[in-house]
Amino acid sequence: MINYIVKRILYAIPILIGVNLLTFTLFFVVNSPDEVARLHLGNKRVTQEQIITWNQERGYDKPLFYNKSEKGLESFRKTIFYEKSLKLFLFDFGVSDSGRDIKYDIKQRMWPSLAIALPSLFVGLLINITIALFFVFFRTTKVDYYGVILCVALMSISSLFYIIGGQYLISKLMHLTPISGYEHGYEAIKFLILPVIISVIYGIGSGSRWYRSLFLEEIEKDYVKTARSKGLSESAVLFNHVFKNALIPILTGVVVILPLLFMGSLIVESFFGIPGLGSYTIDAIQSQDFAIVRSMVFLGTVLYIIGLILTDISYTLVDPRVRLK
Amino acid sequence: MKKIFKNIIIIIFIVINGCSDKPLNNPYSDSNISNQNIFYSSFQERPKHLDPVRSYSSNEYAFIAQIYEPLFQYHYLKKPYELIPLTASEMPEVLYLDKNFKIAKANKNIDYTKYIIKIKKDIIYQNHPAFYKENNIYAYHDLSSKDLENIYTIKDFKLNSTRELTVDDYIYQIKRLADSKNHSPIAGVMQEYILGFKEFKDKLNKKKFSNTKSRISFVKSNDIYGIKKIDNYTFSIILKRKYPQFLYWLAMPFFSPMPWEADLFYSQNKLKKKNITLNWFPVGTGPFKLTENNPNLKMVLEKNENFRGEVYPSVLDKFKNRKYFHHNSERILPFIDKAIYSLEKEQIPRWNKFLQGYYDNSGIASDNYDQAVSLNNSGDITLTDELMTKGINLKTSIAASTYYIGFNMLDPVIGGKSDKSRLLRQAISIAIDYDEYISIFTNGRGIIAQSPIPPGIAGYQDGKTEFNKTLFNTAENNTISKKSISEAKSLLAKAGYKNGIDQKTGKPLILYFEATGAGADTYAFLNWLRKQFKKIDLQLVTRVTDYNRFQEKMINGTGQIFQWGWNADYPDPENFLFLLYGKNGKVKFGGENASNYESKKFDSLFIKMKNMKNSSERNFIIKKMLRIIQEDCPWIWGFHPKSFSLSHKWLENIENNLMANNTLKYKNINNDIRIEKINKWNKPNYLLIYFFIIIIIIFILSTFIMVRKKDKENAYD
Repeated sequence: MINYIVKRILYAIPILIGVNLLTFTLFFVVNSPDEVARLHLGNKRVTQEQIITWNQERGYDKPLFYNKSEKGLESFRKTIFYEKSLKLFLFDFGVSDSGRDIKYDIKQRMWPSLAIALPSLFVGLLINITIALFFVFFRTTKVDYYGVILCVALMSISSLFYIIGGQYLISKLMHLTPISGYEHGYEAIKFLILPVIISVIYGIGSGSRWYRSLFLEEIEKDYVKTARSKGLSESAVLFNHVFKNALIPILTGVVVILPLLFMGSLIVESFFGIPGLGSYTIDAIQSQDFAIVRSMVFLGTVLYIIGLILTDISYTLVDPRVRLK
Repeated sequence: MKKIFKNIIIIIFIVINGCSDKPLNNPYSDSNISNQNIFYSSFQERPKHLDPVRSYSSNEYAFIAQIYEPLFQYHYLKKPYELIPLTASEMPEVLYLDKNFKIAKANKNIDYTKYIIKIKKDIIYQNHPAFYKENNIYAYHDLSSKDLENIYTIKDFKLNSTRELTVDDYIYQIKRLADSKNHSPIAGVMQEYILGFKEFKDKLNKKKFSNTKSRISFVKSNDIYGIKKIDNYTFSIILKRKYPQFLYWLAMPFFSPMPWEADLFYSQNKLKKKNITLNWFPVGTGPFKLTENNPNLKMVLEKNENFRGEVYPSVLDKFKNRKYFHHNSERILPFIDKAIYSLEKEQIPRWNKFLQGYYDNSGIASDNYDQAVSLNNSGDITLTDELMTKGINLKTSIAASTYYIGFNMLDPVIGGKSDKSRLLRQAISIAIDYDEYISIFTNGRGIIAQSPIPPGIAGYQDGKTEFNKTLFNTAENNTISKKSISEAKSLLAKAGYKNGIDQKTGKPLILYFEATGAGADTYAFLNWLRKQFKKIDLQLVTRVTDYNRFQEKMINGTGQIFQWGWNADYPDPENFLFLLYGKNGKVKFGGENASNYESKKFDSLFIKMKNMKNSSERNFIIKKMLRIIQEDCPWIWGFHPKSFSLSHKWLENIENNLMANNTLKYKNINNDIRIEKINKWNKPNYLLIYFFIIIIIIFILSTFIMVRKKDKENAYD
């Protein structure tokens, strides 16, 4: 197992370099360092001298990939790509283009993201599995048929509709929760109720259908027929046999997204004024803060790779037949 | 089964009993709403810089202008705008000097202007760790990692102190403007005027420093030779020429005092690592101090306990409405204890929170326009019944801004000084109906511009007695009317483009408009613009690009027609007419003249006008200048936007003063009305909760019954 994990970590290095290279190229193909400087310095009374100084301070005055004025390895080392990318592998994200320490900001902002993501995930999981079991129990009946139609309808509606509709109904008409905002500590609860409810409802359509298909796949297997032939009731078959076995893909599906919960939700955070990492990334893209964009893409990639490794490990834990080599 | 029912009934009883009339949607803690005099508002975009050396946008001024105090301020109630002392004890003494720095005997001998500025005594800074000394040594100027173990924000420093404001702090700040590390946007302007500024800047920026401490020490110990400290409360600034607008600059946050202790304190790398910087935690003498800066969530200003106090302004001698004097003039500012600004990126929650009473004031976004205002029978704009019932107040004012469509004068087709291109520009300017634009795209919130100068500023043409004669004719009843499309077409024919066909080549004339943005609004505007050109048979190709590409085109002068705008720095016509001054050309000089317009006549009048005080002679020159540009049409004179602001009835002392930024100190809150209204407007409606409880109970029970039934069926099968 350890060999496998080490191998996967080594495989991750070229992936990270590749993602980094792609982000870097995309960013600087669209924007030259001068343009980024101009955006940060503002629209009024910006001089070329200020742009040059701004670039020099941030190391953007160097060539992108290859420095002709240097010799040997230095011609690769004294470039923006090398200087900005290598430190990421040591998790040194440096300072943003507006001068703030990125690691500090990430540490501060991941908690609000988690505060929404974790309850949304677990409450959503509970409700989706319950609904999926309900559909499976009544499969081939009208309950299942109309249920699936309802799920498809729920899936087809844009997330913005849920957000705006939820804010209108629950906060504006019923006055039950604040429309937006956030506070740290226990005060956060009243601000989290609405976004969590909306995230859960938004996920019901796709989540229930997905778990329903997992359960249906199991229910056709031979061991279920054997259980039924023993005279077990349908609910006993479903809960004691089908449910337990279908938990394997459910569990691995959850494990893969767990690390990514840190990254937050772009739209929900923006609409509810929650200072998480989702809105941090959106703001950085809008203000063309390459240092933050680069760090967040790198972090997202690392977390995704961790998620995949954890999934593989979780397979071995829940299914003794699986061995990692 | 009986037990389940019993439990359900108990739960329902508890839920119903727990329901009270207390607002549940209150985004603030209860104690905040009821105990203190707090102003609640929102901001849409986080301020990038709170260091006055660099801040240059209204969303930054909204905070720092309440904390830092420049020498002068705008009178809150007077119109036209008037500068009055803030920390200065009086308006400065102005001396005009000859080349030998002696008092100039004649106007033509003026080579320098000297401002002698006196500040008030006993002004002290807010308490701050940067000032704290132990055994006469600054305790926090050399912090170790251990010292910072439990420090995450400026509030975590236990020991604070203060000191008196002296002119050294103003002088130090002017030197900071010259430091290229600070990226001050006005360094370029100031080096043209302040004697010795450029020399100091060059010396400072050429020198290599081992660390920030030595850089600060250099700035502190070296002088700009045009700036001299006379005593702790008096200093002088010498300008290289006559420049009356300099006083306006002295009222801007760029010229706020900066204690060197604070600059040195914040320059420590260990603090920077914790994001504790001067750009984030200001240190001022003003009525408020920033106690919480989390611009991703909220920013909190609290009353500065060291503020010297200031009396509400009065213009009793010529002020018609005396209520201000009676209510406020004897009271000490600021009136409110705290101001909480919450980040609200989306307009839907922002607007709804305002209607619920959780924000004290609001603008009107175009989506909410119909919900907020309507036209009454006489065609005036009034609030809708819903807002009037809530007691909301509406204030409108024309902003000191101008939005225009510019022609690139370097372009071979549309630009240049030839009659051909001038007539073409005139024809297009007539064809474009800005009245329609204002009505479609700004909900009528704007007035047509006759020239670059907006209302409230000397030289403004009101479109009645004075107007743009190139584009308008006088009509009956002393009103004006836009020249007709047939007149525009005849100008076009004179230019050699009859029916939109270039007479030389026989091909249709195609013009190009550089646009940014890709939203629905942009495309609607571009379609409208194409139709305007089509009125005179011209084809317009719109080139939509991102803002960076657009900037690049403007800098290189490769664009042809574009849209741009300008907000006033100060209420003087120079601040608008300089946008067409030849030496400010964007391509040649990197200035703000985006259309690269050049006219010798205009430029010489500009030089003459810019150093004059407002007078009939100056107005006469401005009129001549406007006539030149109106004839040349380097811009299609667009519109001056009208700002609409709403406030709840409990927010008092709201005045339209678009130049003053430090207005928070004048605002007052009637908390009793606010609490009453918020409680009335936000009574929770539990119907939804009851409905869901019933649905869930029905679902559980029916599922239970159906499962039992199905299990039995299976058993028998």
